[in-house]
Amino acid sequence: MTTNPPAGSPDKEPATEAQAEQNAVGNADQATAPTATARKPDEAEARPSLGRTFLENLWAANTVTVTVLALVLAMAIGAILIIVSDPEVLATYGYITARPADALNASWSVVSEAYANLFKGAVFDPQAFSDWLNGEAGWQAVLGPLSETLTYTAPLAFTGLSVALAFRGGLFNIGAQGQAIIGVVLAALAGFLLPLPPVLHLLVAVLAGAVGGALWGFIPGILKARTGAHEVINTIMLNYVAIYFLSWIIVQSWVQNADRADAISRAVDSSAQLPRLLGSGLRVHAGILLAVLATWFVAWLLNRSTFGFELRAVGANPDAARTAGISVTRTYVLIMVIAGALAGLGGANMVLGSTADALTPQVVAQIGFDGILVALLGRVKPWGVLLAALLFGALQAGGNRMQSYSGISLELVTVLQALIVIFIAAPALVKAIFRLRAARAARLQTSLAKGW
Amino acid sequence: MSTMAVPDIAVAPVETGFWTRDRKVGALLLALGLLAAGLFGSLATGEQARFTLSEDAAGAALEINGTVGAILFGIIGAAAGAALLAGVPKRWFTLLLGVGILGFVLSFLCWQVSAAPAGQNFMPLVNIVRGTFFLALPLIFGALAGVLCERSGVVNVAIEGQLLMGAFSGALFGSITGNVWVGLVAAAIGGAFISLLLAVFAIRYLVDQVVIGVVLNLLAVGVTGFLYERLMQTDAQKYNSAPRFGSWDIPLLKDIPVLGPALFRGNIFLYLGLLLVLVIHIALFRTRWGLRTRSVGEHPTAADTLGVRVLAVRYRNVLLAGVVAGIGGASYTLALYSFTKNMIGGKGFIALAALIFGRWSPTGALLAALFFGFADQLATYLGAIGSSIPSQFLAMLPYLATILAVAGLVGRVRAPAADGKPYIKG
Repeated sequence: MTTNPPAGSPDKEPATEAQAEQNAVGNADQATAPTATARKPDEAEARPSLGRTFLENLWAANTVTVTVLALVLAMAIGAILIIVSDPEVLATYGYITARPADALNASWSVVSEAYANLFKGAVFDPQAFSDWLNGEAGWQAVLGPLSETLTYTAPLAFTGLSVALAFRGGLFNIGAQGQAIIGVVLAALAGFLLPLPPVLHLLVAVLAGAVGGALWGFIPGILKARTGAHEVINTIMLNYVAIYFLSWIIVQSWVQNADRADAISRAVDSSAQLPRLLGSGLRVHAGILLAVLATWFVAWLLNRSTFGFELRAVGANPDAARTAGISVTRTYVLIMVIAGALAGLGGANMVLGSTADALTPQVVAQIGFDGILVALLGRVKPWGVLLAALLFGALQAGGNRMQSYSGISLELVTVLQALIVIFIAAPALVKAIFRLRAARAARLQTSLAKGW
Repeated sequence: MSTMAVPDIAVAPVETGFWTRDRKVGALLLALGLLAAGLFGSLATGEQARFTLSEDAAGAALEINGTVGAILFGIIGAAAGAALLAGVPKRWFTLLLGVGILGFVLSFLCWQVSAAPAGQNFMPLVNIVRGTFFLALPLIFGALAGVLCERSGVVNVAIEGQLLMGAFSGALFGSITGNVWVGLVAAAIGGAFISLLLAVFAIRYLVDQVVIGVVLNLLAVGVTGFLYERLMQTDAQKYNSAPRFGSWDIPLLKDIPVLGPALFRGNIFLYLGLLLVLVIHIALFRTRWGLRTRSVGEHPTAADTLGVRVLAVRYRNVLLAGVVAGIGGASYTLALYSFTKNMIGGKGFIALAALIFGRWSPTGALLAALFFGFADQLATYLGAIGSSIPSQFLAMLPYLATILAVAGLVGRVRAPAADGKPYIKG
């Protein structure tokens, strides 16, 4: 839109971050590296002014830049919330005209400490690293934050994929929460009711979760296909039906933990639990591998299979798809069944993994709703969703540390997540705030679902 | 419904042939009525089922033998269903539907009340009616907010967030100033703040309205939860002890049996909610503002051609919706409880259901909200008398009813034509 950022301006920092992330994306998976990284080698030989082109691209309103800037904006607003809600820091603003340094220092220390803890809890804690070098602590402490991040990532990846898949087919699946709940119920029931040998038991429990979710996705799917009832309304309603069903089934005598008076079920047998990947000290479990597998599957389904083609055709224009001979009814039902199964797997993760081993009313937390955010942040592309889930998992893991070390409520993470997605959803706003240039042929509109 | 072979089309089916909608509903009611007469009748005891007109077992009461009542009302419900099945003129549909449902509910109640433990075979109607309105109140505000928004063509999934933000800012500013009226205004502004975000992103930035609604709900949960933990939990005395509106008795009206004690000894929010239903109904269907709102919601291009400023109307209505929902949120914190995290707990989504169930009209929304409130209150009551029906299943009732309604089983539900579609001039 306007000129390039001058060197040394504050703009530079997000730009390098964007670069770093782009490289990371490129290394992790070629399929997701959309623009600059993938093209880089060719352009290096073709054009001498590569550096300049690259910088220009960085400051254009492309997907990665907007995502990073959305993150920056969200964290800035989060910082304001931290300052405003701290009476001591707020008090220093009372005499800001007399001693501005006080207010700024106090604000900086409280915000930087909070965000430092967020980072240490999610990615890497230098203290643990130096302890390990000095032989004072084990390597587990170094990998601890990453293990936590991956633990939180797995269920979010499933629900995110669920929402994203439905989105691509033109359906808005707000019901991932309900599907995850039914999934977690069936997975847990299979986990402690069926006496099966170890490996088989786990497979059956995971499958039960998928079946539960699929069932809960089938209902809005068939209603949409047969009566035209809007799936947004029905999935919201089914979320609540599922919540009440969960709270009912927990207190049944054949489910409830006999030793407890509160609403908690029996524990899942150890033979049905997902194995931990890095020993019992770290919580990361095989669910993350399943999540990667599911991402690969959804990517294949969407981009390589016949059904994926039909799904995208229906999503783009149901009338045209019908004219072309695609069964819209069948496609809608199948979309919701697969989406439901994915969300159900996410739910199964919550009770078969290391997060919990028994049903409680809160057992699936918010993974269904967070899945919506993850899907939007991942631009409804499978590998994008996985990366978004990773970011959200990191925020969650870091948020825990931030809460216990800095006393900043975990709710801040919810705020950050919602804000990031708001900015992502309105790229025009981010573009206007940072005066980004319009990107060539960049499709940034996330608008997918239609009205009622 | 599988009797109908719907072609491969995802639209509401066109009803032809013998199985019209009326007949299908009739068959359903007939089956339910017979089930009630048979099952409830055999389960009910010979105890008298008393429906007292007071708050306890004493005083005047309507009473009927449990078994007789369960069978009688079941048969009445079945008869209404049979009449519909036999084919009666269209205009009787609503009446017969009402009779059918009422018969089923009364049969159910006769069974439940007569089967309650000895000494508890009564249902205090005052409590039931009062509880129904009490539980319906946030739904009424929320659904009205939805009506205002969606009639002008902006989908409002953020009702939950608006209620929550209203409740929070009402509590916060009411506590800080110690003035209940300041709290009320702050609540309205809090709700309008979420609305403003909804309006800007939906209208200005053309973000999908359902998406932004869902995200705004999460934002509201996060922001209020965060500030609650940081401010209210650390210093509840200063930040979370809002003054409360007392109850205002209305002379004369308060002495009406059952309705008087339940309805006319309430607080300002009850009166305001009922008044708003009336005001919005009249405004929507009898005034110039209402005509413009509806035209913008149905056909913005036509409205624009006639000189209506489409976007301005939408902004105004969405903001108004936030004000209404914000006040609804304050009905918690400025009358009943102190603020707690996520205290709305899904009421906003039931309000959305009430809006849809009530077919996007203020009076419909009121009736739907009362129905949901009644189901809620009934669950509480049945829990208190130790019913064999799990309260969780009763709590599912509003949601299941909405699914049935949207699927076209209980009347056609149609949203405003331009609901959820951003308007781009040109």
